Amino acid sequence: MSKITIIDYGMGNVFSVARAFEHCGAETLLTDKPNEILSASHLVLPGVGAFADGMKELNKRSLPAVIKEFVSSNKPFIGICLGMQMLFDNTEEFGIHEGLGIIQGCVIAIPSKKIDGNLRKVPHIGWNKVVVDSNFQGKEPIFNSLDDSFYSYFVHSFTAIPSNPKNLLANCDYQGFSVTAAVKQNNVYGCQFHPEKSGETGLSIIRNFIALNS
Amino acid sequence: MSQNNLCKRIIPCLDVANGRTVKGVNFQGLRDMGDPIELAKAYENQGADEIVFLDITASHEKRSTMLLWVERVARNLSIPFTVGGGVNTIDDVQALLQAGADKVSVNTQAVKNPELITDIKTKFGSQCCVVAIDAKRNSKGIALVLIKGGRENTGMVAFDWAKKCVELGAGEILLTSWDKDGTQSGFDLELVKEFASNLPVPVIASGGAKNSESFVDVFKEANADAALAATIFHDGSHTVGAIKNILNQEGVQVRIC
Repeated sequence: MSKITIIDYGMGNVFSVARAFEHCGAETLLTDKPNEILSASHLVLPGVGAFADGMKELNKRSLPAVIKEFVSSNKPFIGICLGMQMLFDNTEEFGIHEGLGIIQGCVIAIPSKKIDGNLRKVPHIGWNKVVVDSNFQGKEPIFNSLDDSFYSYFVHSFTAIPSNPKNLLANCDYQGFSVTAAVKQNNVYGCQFHPEKSGETGLSIIRNFIALNS
Repeated sequence: MSQNNLCKRIIPCLDVANGRTVKGVNFQGLRDMGDPIELAKAYENQGADEIVFLDITASHEKRSTMLLWVERVARNLSIPFTVGGGVNTIDDVQALLQAGADKVSVNTQAVKNPELITDIKTKFGSQCCVVAIDAKRNSKGIALVLIKGGRENTGMVAFDWAKKCVELGAGEILLTSWDKDGTQSGFDLELVKEFASNLPVPVIASGGAKNSESFVDVFKEANADAALAATIFHDGSHTVGAIKNILNQEGVQVRIC
């Protein structure tokens, strides 16, 4: 049975993520211990809440260096929601805060005004259509068995902007604003939506992640 | 209308007492009609986008039984769910989120102690903070806020209270029309429109759902972000999937499963 290691650092929804992986047939380990994280075959960084709080919790446990070391091992890694945003260099959420700097780019607030001046509601809550970037369509293993566009559940107020467009795995349109839905850099994945809350579609992504490198 | 891929959401609502669903459930193919997990799972399979659970247990054991079923729900659902009903303190919120709820909804307690909203926002983020507002029109047609399950009229103007809730940190407003609730005469479109068009956060319309037309109207005319209903789903007269198919035909963006 595949074992999935999930970083448990006090930032919400860890249990929902663990349950979804278990539902897909994996064994899970919730941990914040560096040795357990480094010996993982697959690593998940979940998270809900504020960026600065998330980084503070990681720093408190001296985990940023551990996560970077794991990532350089080329084993599968996925950051979900806040866990994806923290992969980037920095954010403007409640002041400028530094992230893990694994993927180049920044995290910005979703503009609350549309181009036409009308209101865009923030948080971005609900099911939105994720479109796989043309560079990855039909060949990205994490989207195996899915179409090039599919609905997933989002709930967030900030969005990551990768500096290198090659890191953009999928995006979605929120009333004329392009939200980064998923990113990829070698073995590192990030998704803004919640695969653990996106019904069968999300479970497919989780199964595909479990199947990576096996 | 501007391009928008964000789907309108359909949300069945389940009342739970002592870990069992209440109200007349008349549903084909369920082993145990009273089991909130089985019923919620059936709605997920129909294409529900989220589920709202309201715990109406009155006993002292409420909190412990509540956490038990919430955890079972979290284990079995793969869509988001909200839990409300007697959420009084930040500790209640924390316990529910830890048990696996994605959001909590607060109502009476938010009116009595608005700081609770800010506390939830600060500690867990506004994305998990739903403020439920029960609104009833007075003789002049102005919607006022009811609390304690409709037993007390606060005299506060519902829209003003909603604006205040958003300022304090509410991530969503669940707006129930007490003039419409239980009447099956359609949503209060005027009320929903006022809220949904003017508040900067999503508005879930509740109260009065009759048929697929009610949903078409509440999305197309009243601009709701989501719509909640109980009876028409529980009595087996409508499925979420059938309503979504009609919405889709009418050009309303929905997630078809």
